[in-house]
Amino acid sequence: MKALEFRRNIPRYAAARLAGSFTPGRGSGVGPIRLVDADLPELPNQDWEIVRPRLSGICGSDLATIDGKSARYFEPLVSFPFIPGHEVVGDLQDGTRVVLEPVLGCLSRNIDPPCKSCQDGQLGNCEYVTFGEISPGIQTGSCCDTGGGWSIAFAAHTSQLHPVGKDLSDEAAVMIEPTACGVHAALSTGIEPEGTVTVIGSGTLGLVTISALRSYFPDVKILATARYPHQKSLALDLGADVAIAPNEIKRAVRRMTKSRAISLSTEDGNVDRLTGGSDAVIDCVGSSESITDALSVTRPRGKIVLVGMPSSVNIELTPLWHREIQLVGAYTYGTEKLADGSVARTFDLAADLVDSAKLDRLLSAVYPLSRYQDALEHAASAGHRGAVKIAFDLRSEKERDLL
Amino acid sequence: MKNEKNLAPRPGFVLDVDRTSPPVLFHHGDTFKLEKLPAGRSRVIYPPEPLEGLRDPDSAIRHALENPIGDSEPLSALLRPDMKLTIAFDDISLPLPPMRRPDIRQRIIEAVLDLAAEAGVDDVHLIAALAIHRRMTEDELRHAVGDRVYDAFAPSGRLYNHDAEDPEGMVVLGETPHGEDVQFSRRAAESDLVVYVNINLVSMDGGHKSTATGLSGYTGLRHHHNVHTMRNSTSFMDQENSELHASNWRMGKVIRDAGVKIFQIETTVNNNTFGRSGPLAVLQKREWEWSARDRASFVAMQKGLDVMPSSARRQIFNSWEAPYEMTSVQAGEVEAVHKITTENVYKQQIVEVEGQTDILTMGLPYISPYNVNSVMNPILVMCLGLGYFFNMYRGKPLVREGGVVIMSHPTPWEFHSVHHPSYIDFFEQVLADTTDPIEIERKYEKQFAEDEWYIHLYRNSYAYHGVHPFYMWYWGSHALEHLGRVIIVGGDSSAVQRLGFQSASTLPDALEMASDVVGPQPTITHMKNPPIFLADVK
Repeated sequence: MKALEFRRNIPRYAAARLAGSFTPGRGSGVGPIRLVDADLPELPNQDWEIVRPRLSGICGSDLATIDGKSARYFEPLVSFPFIPGHEVVGDLQDGTRVVLEPVLGCLSRNIDPPCKSCQDGQLGNCEYVTFGEISPGIQTGSCCDTGGGWSIAFAAHTSQLHPVGKDLSDEAAVMIEPTACGVHAALSTGIEPEGTVTVIGSGTLGLVTISALRSYFPDVKILATARYPHQKSLALDLGADVAIAPNEIKRAVRRMTKSRAISLSTEDGNVDRLTGGSDAVIDCVGSSESITDALSVTRPRGKIVLVGMPSSVNIELTPLWHREIQLVGAYTYGTEKLADGSVARTFDLAADLVDSAKLDRLLSAVYPLSRYQDALEHAASAGHRGAVKIAFDLRSEKERDLL
Repeated sequence: MKNEKNLAPRPGFVLDVDRTSPPVLFHHGDTFKLEKLPAGRSRVIYPPEPLEGLRDPDSAIRHALENPIGDSEPLSALLRPDMKLTIAFDDISLPLPPMRRPDIRQRIIEAVLDLAAEAGVDDVHLIAALAIHRRMTEDELRHAVGDRVYDAFAPSGRLYNHDAEDPEGMVVLGETPHGEDVQFSRRAAESDLVVYVNINLVSMDGGHKSTATGLSGYTGLRHHHNVHTMRNSTSFMDQENSELHASNWRMGKVIRDAGVKIFQIETTVNNNTFGRSGPLAVLQKREWEWSARDRASFVAMQKGLDVMPSSARRQIFNSWEAPYEMTSVQAGEVEAVHKITTENVYKQQIVEVEGQTDILTMGLPYISPYNVNSVMNPILVMCLGLGYFFNMYRGKPLVREGGVVIMSHPTPWEFHSVHHPSYIDFFEQVLADTTDPIEIERKYEKQFAEDEWYIHLYRNSYAYHGVHPFYMWYWGSHALEHLGRVIIVGGDSSAVQRLGFQSASTLPDALEMASDVVGPQPTITHMKNPPIFLADVK
């Protein structure tokens, strides 16, 4: 069957890193990813099923991998060769339409008793992602045994599958996984009902996070940075009170929080640091610059939630120490405790949000697998090409019907 | 030889452009352009030549102090040993550009202090009446009042900048019948006599505005520095038709009724902005009268400026001090004094113009009232063009309703962070949202006016008050309502777009874009300003 496969190949990895540094997404042409004729994955046991993807999204972490920019941290947590793709809406053999919750936790690895995190419902924090009946892999799309969404079919544990209601289109359903990340990030802020939140970045993650913030904290003030006009307009439409250019963040947060400013030079009116700042900052970029910005606009004892996948960064941590700022990660999802004390699965919350906020509008373009280089380049330059989410469309692949 | 000081100065002039007319000099920030205007339908308004200055300004000042106008005793008769005397004076925004030493304020303040000393007055304070403008630096104060006065008063804290945000230093004297709060400097309010020293560069300056605005703060200013007032001031240079003027006059009456005694001293200067001779003299000559030497000096200047970085050009122009000469001085009761001052301003500046035009062009210079020793940011470009230049009329605006203004200025996306911190935020936040003055006033003014950081910088650094950029925008609100389109030639296109205007790279392009609004073969009028003139449009 047709699949995009990522093999361990150091020279190609280096070539991808070089190519990707010139043109984002260009690593697809020279790197370790190839369109191959792969075998259908074997099902590890009776709790697994074959899923035939309908739409399969391309996310920032996929692009980092393809351009050779992902951290070496993941090396022991994945197994090669793998088929990427974890934002999936697909069909089961019986025709049921499902979305994939891609984390490969203890349940899917048939580990009993499960780790503490899985017991607590924090699936994303599973401690045993390198153990159990399947090879290492933090998610579907990074494990050599399961296959991934960028193919005609892959294997998924039944606990990973969520049936999709008839009313939800494929375009909406494929947005549930990234939206779950945004829901988890928004709820991780622990923000007071009338607090202030700054969201850095208005790509897919930033936009779904803004939408989640507005949904769960209707009275908080949300400031978003957005590089491109369409991002600005979507950020405002999804609930941001203010959307500004990234280089305006310090002044804008100062205004929103009524802080005073501190100038590093004798130029009194410059805004280099704030005396106060935002109660919480959600960094959906994950670069040295964005984390540095986050540190400069978070109030003392405020919280930075890192959603965008960082790699090696170079940051000055003195403000973190001096202002007693919390820097926490927000990786994937699991279960969430809501303001009323109830507990819900993040994916269920995300499905509701995708529907109510009409997040299907964030899917900008789809490509067949055969045009994977175009798709990946489009995804990597989505912002300046006026796009948000790019996905592979497998609905018209002929092989699909032969399985 | 024409234009020499000993010949009678010529009045203003309206040139009808024909095929033989030479290109017209346009100011373009800190550079210049020579532009050819379409023949047969263009005209250029030239300011009157500089009037003769007073031969002995110091004697004229002493004479004015002892021979007051209106219901006032001579200054010497108002002074007594046990009194509290406050001398307030215009700030850095006047005159433009700053004048050569000795500044008129120095001459007058020295004369007033001589009389005060003779009368044995000990309790004297000098206040730069800057309202919510930025504080003046020591150098700027020294330039205005002279070293002798500065050294005698500043070290002991008796010469200082007005602080409109000092809760202890400000007082509300009452309310006008229109419900306008009259906020005033407490020191001035509690003084036995306030002497106000004016330089009346344009007809809007002086009168009750000197104290009602200059010694006030946001509580008072908001009643007339607003969109409604500015749209009902047609123009604010024409006292008879200015709601700004009327509001200040109402406030002046409240000040007077509260028992504040004001001895008003007003002065006028001539149009000698760039000198009758010297490196910039060519800028105030009419192009068809340029000599070969003038042409050579202009070309050399232009070439030199072209190769300089903008910071160097700015430094050169900021160091220019105008050789203004005082043409009149009058003192005494506020309204009586101001009436004569206004006549003297008109004597220098009025140019009669027949009818309106479809397109008004203007070359904006490097300076406005709010960027002395600073940066002309995009908001100030708007204010200078649509606030000041557009409003330099009596009768009717120079450009017809629905017409087009074309301004020439580089309009860089650049700000002086010390002087204009709230301008940066206004540009980034407010103008990114809307350029509608009413909406801006409703949605954002309070936030900026009450921002603690801006207030801190206004009081302790050299920043314009947080609300000041709003007033700049309101200043242009009459023009924004009147015009069909505004085009900036040679500006930074992002900055121009943020202002809500259209950007053109050349004047011919701008004229073509304007014809979309006003139709083909439109009439064009160019304001050759500076030097300043006031169009009396019939």
